[in-house]
Amino acid sequence: MSRISKEISKTRNKFSLFSKLQKDRKLGPDFWTEAEEMLIQADVGVKTSRSLIVKLKEQAKEQKLASPQELTTCLKQNLKQILSSSGRELNTRGNPAVWIFVGVNGVGKTTSIGKLASWQYSLGVQVVMAAGDTFRAAASEQLEEWAQKCNSILIRGGEGADPSSVIFDAIEHAHSASIPLVLADTAGRLHTKTNLMDELSKIERVASKGSGTVAEILLTLDATTGQNGLEQAKKFAAAVDVTGIILTKLDGSSRGGIIFAIQEEIGIPVKYIGIGEQSQDLIQFDPDDFVEALFDFPLEN
Amino acid sequence: MFDTLTDRLGDIFGRLRSKGRLSESQINEVLDEVRMALLEADVNLQVAKDFQESVFSRCVETEIHKALNPAQQVIKSVNEELVSILGGEALAISFAEKPPTIVLLAGLQGVGKTTNAVKLARWFKSQGRNPLLVGADLQRPAAVEQLRTLAESIDVPVFSQESDPVTVVSQGIEKARKTGRDVVICDTAGRLTIDEEMMQEIRQISDAIEPHYTFLVVDAMTGQDAVNIAESFHNQLALDAMIITKLDGDARGGAALSAKSVVGKPIAFASIGENIEDFEQFHPDRLASRILGMGDVLTLIEKAEDAFDEEEAKRATQKLISGEFTLEDFLDQMQQLKKMGPLENIMGMMPDLPPGADPSDVDESRLVRMEAIITSMTVAERHSPVIIDGSRRSRIAKGSGTSVQEVSSLLKQFKEIKRMMKGSAKPRKKSKRKGANKRKKSKPSSRVKQKSHLETPDSGTTGEFDLSDFGTFSN
Repeated sequence: MSRISKEISKTRNKFSLFSKLQKDRKLGPDFWTEAEEMLIQADVGVKTSRSLIVKLKEQAKEQKLASPQELTTCLKQNLKQILSSSGRELNTRGNPAVWIFVGVNGVGKTTSIGKLASWQYSLGVQVVMAAGDTFRAAASEQLEEWAQKCNSILIRGGEGADPSSVIFDAIEHAHSASIPLVLADTAGRLHTKTNLMDELSKIERVASKGSGTVAEILLTLDATTGQNGLEQAKKFAAAVDVTGIILTKLDGSSRGGIIFAIQEEIGIPVKYIGIGEQSQDLIQFDPDDFVEALFDFPLEN
Repeated sequence: MFDTLTDRLGDIFGRLRSKGRLSESQINEVLDEVRMALLEADVNLQVAKDFQESVFSRCVETEIHKALNPAQQVIKSVNEELVSILGGEALAISFAEKPPTIVLLAGLQGVGKTTNAVKLARWFKSQGRNPLLVGADLQRPAAVEQLRTLAESIDVPVFSQESDPVTVVSQGIEKARKTGRDVVICDTAGRLTIDEEMMQEIRQISDAIEPHYTFLVVDAMTGQDAVNIAESFHNQLALDAMIITKLDGDARGGAALSAKSVVGKPIAFASIGENIEDFEQFHPDRLASRILGMGDVLTLIEKAEDAFDEEEAKRATQKLISGEFTLEDFLDQMQQLKKMGPLENIMGMMPDLPPGADPSDVDESRLVRMEAIITSMTVAERHSPVIIDGSRRSRIAKGSGTSVQEVSSLLKQFKEIKRMMKGSAKPRKKSKRKGANKRKKSKPSSRVKQKSHLETPDSGTTGEFDLSDFGTFSN
């Protein structure tokens, strides 16, 4: 059993769609509705769910699939295919390589940085953290605690300092000290705030002028987020060159189904997922695991 | 994504307009679209289904299919139902006889508990209270630090210490008693609903302090899981109300409806921005429109209902048909239109504007000038504009701060409207009345045409979407 499935089976053991469909020998008329509703309940979204079901119906006709099991397998394959396209490795090119973390408020940017830093630390890679969230009260204190845990250097400005310059300084520091990786935090911002999104573009611009390479801009997305996740991804991708998604809080009972729409419409892959509170609970995304876990979704009511 | 419901309903309305009556399956067709919109707004699937069912039976019971403009009536019922579910009973905060009044905040990680604890403290302060904030989130690094910094900005003291959360809150309340603080707001650690241990901990906190109010903080961006979240917290804590956060984004906030349906407790506050003062008491009607994603159409329905007195509209129509329509009536109609808000907005609200019509083309100032011109006339002039000769024109122009040309053009326009109004009365029996035979064909500008519909709400001859559709609600 994969880790993600384990986390999810920990949640609740109500009967899943999968097991329910397996029980049915024949394909009932309810199958299509149930499959669509299962997807909707996983936050896949009405539009994407419908198109998935339409496609499945076509396949059923073409390939003469008649049993619920066959169809479920086929649906899973389709879902996996959507997510399978792109690389999950985090790019470490550059001297230093710079990873900038962006996202709306409260999704877990700072925590994800802490987890990634301690993972790198365990690999023997030294990192510099940049406290680019100069807006939220005590954000750099939060990062400071992580920095101490994994023995890394934290570069911070004063409260209300220009985040671009804090991150730039961190890059220059890493460069001169030959530290290969900079993890840059930014303040959480709602994607609808134009001025804050402009600030983000500026951060990217300024960071690119430093001695290193902006290797990743990671959009941190809360798995409990519903359909608004797509808007978030669109707006952030419009402001900066988002290279991947970190899907956090998958250890709750939410499924993060919005990533299908994001992958299909914007083509941004999920690279890492957060499945727990411990520092090792940030793991590389595996589409197969993710889709299987989706089907273990407890059916309500 | 945001306009889809408005668009789709526009399509349905278009098809149904000619029919006038709705069959049950047509009601369901409209409601299917509504359910889609609810799901797209992240309303929980089961909640959306139940909602659809209850609105359907309401529509059938009230024989909505026999009403005028039934499709819009369906939408109106949907909105009313939504507002009533979201609103329900408001939370009236009463204060403990023996202070302090204790408020406990709970919620998942990252929903904004700490920020909202401070926002709430500010709100209590504005109510003339002396709050104390207690930082019992000892999990997240620097959470207490964040609380202190924010609280400092609104000059509210914070109590916290390094021990366990239960001790912190108990001591905090003790401290409030000693220092004469009459409200205590306890910030707790964010937790996962499925984390038994953490849920138990907040229950212990709750048991230890027996809060007067327990608020669940809900993120407006939450998806389908909102139901489970609210349910789990409610099972543990017996919630009193909810605070919905991040409403300043563009999430449609269906989570609020889901949570409300499960918990049945009011949404007391809404957080609408990053600053401490961006916090207000909750307005269910605003969120209802937002969840439906068709706020503008609803607003328009409501505004038209508010602004247009049906009886008055009928009187005006009668007058028009009988040729008694005066500049005074014209002024009345203009003022009614203005009551609905800026013209540009009203135009923007219309689901299907004639092609090429651009709301921003509407020149509001012209309406104001027209009004000024008419009010500068004497009563006699308003009743029989024919008496307005050259010298009267220049007096009116001076009095209204306009030019003689403008006065002339208004008079010309008025004449045209009158002529056209008689024209539109043709297909009805009433057209046999005197004056109808004087009708001449005229091709009015689209703007005049629109206005003409306003004045003949029951003319029944309109092929396009027009405001008169909204002017005839029977209730």
